[in-house]
Amino acid sequence: MVNRVVVGAHYGLRGWLVQRMSAVVMTVYALVFAAAFAAARPADHAAWKALFAPGWMRFATLLFFASLFLHAWVGMRDILMDYVKPAGLRLALEVLVILALVGCAGWAVQILWRT
Amino acid sequence: MHIRILRYDPDRDAKPYWKDYEVALEPSDRMLLDALVRVKAMDDSFAFRRSCREGVCGSDAMNINGRNGLACITRLADLKGTVELRPLPGLPVIRDLIVDMTQFFHQYHSVRPYLINDDPPPERERLQAPAEREALDGLYECILCACCSTSCPSFWWNPDKFVGPAGLLQAYRFLADSRDQATGERLDDLEDPYRLFRCHSIMNCVDACPKGLNPTRAIGKIKELMVKRSV
Repeated sequence: MVNRVVVGAHYGLRGWLVQRMSAVVMTVYALVFAAAFAAARPADHAAWKALFAPGWMRFATLLFFASLFLHAWVGMRDILMDYVKPAGLRLALEVLVILALVGCAGWAVQILWRT
Repeated sequence: MHIRILRYDPDRDAKPYWKDYEVALEPSDRMLLDALVRVKAMDDSFAFRRSCREGVCGSDAMNINGRNGLACITRLADLKGTVELRPLPGLPVIRDLIVDMTQFFHQYHSVRPYLINDDPPPERERLQAPAEREALDGLYECILCACCSTSCPSFWWNPDKFVGPAGLLQAYRFLADSRDQATGERLDDLEDPYRLFRCHSIMNCVDACPKGLNPTRAIGKIKELMVKRSV
């Protein structure tokens, strides 16, 4: 087979937008969390639990983690595209990254809604 | 004046080496290129490109004290101490300061840097309003010296897949042209994780451009057009 330079996968914009938007969500959450933390000043486990008790706080935290994992996915894919050249190995590593991130997302849900 | 040049002749040298020159300047010598011409007179084995000697042709782009620039518009008065000259980084060296720009021009050609308009040509010219013409300012002035693309780590790493700042500036020059009709195809061609989106906006290109152009802004405008068309 001819060794062609293959480009033209039409998802460049999507990845870039996901990275920007998730960064915005994470910034907003960081500010909201800082404000909530400053207001509550949790000193023990019970206070920390109370901080995450309201439904909106859990939801915002979940959005933050979802953004974090999407952001991490785009970044990790960029790294793998730059440093792992064999396509098969790259695909395998990308699948591993996705599985790890989906696993982390499930774990985050479990932690947030643990009573 | 003391000049250190990274010399390399692939036919003879195992690897690049530094060579020092002590150049006696004349009062008429104003730019670094004048000093290089004197080095050439001392040592005719030293090779570099130059043509217009006034910052228009882009031939004498090189790495001057770690920064890409044109020797012909780099003032000697602004250079202090020993001046270190290297070939443009990231491109194969043909000899001394002469690099093989095939990869760079391949990427330039890949953006179809010409007007695409299928309407029958008018009697005289395709007219533009003054505002439409102004939209091309800061884009058409590029002289393709490659100072920007060879200062870009994304281009060093993926020169075969990433268009690079010079090519993308030209891509936007035609996207911004009111007479061009291939906006959709041009955007299709760039909507790829490599060709456009390997740019991470570190702005080395803006820092390097000897013509004061801003490829990062042009790249941002291309992304803006893509967002506009997909939302």
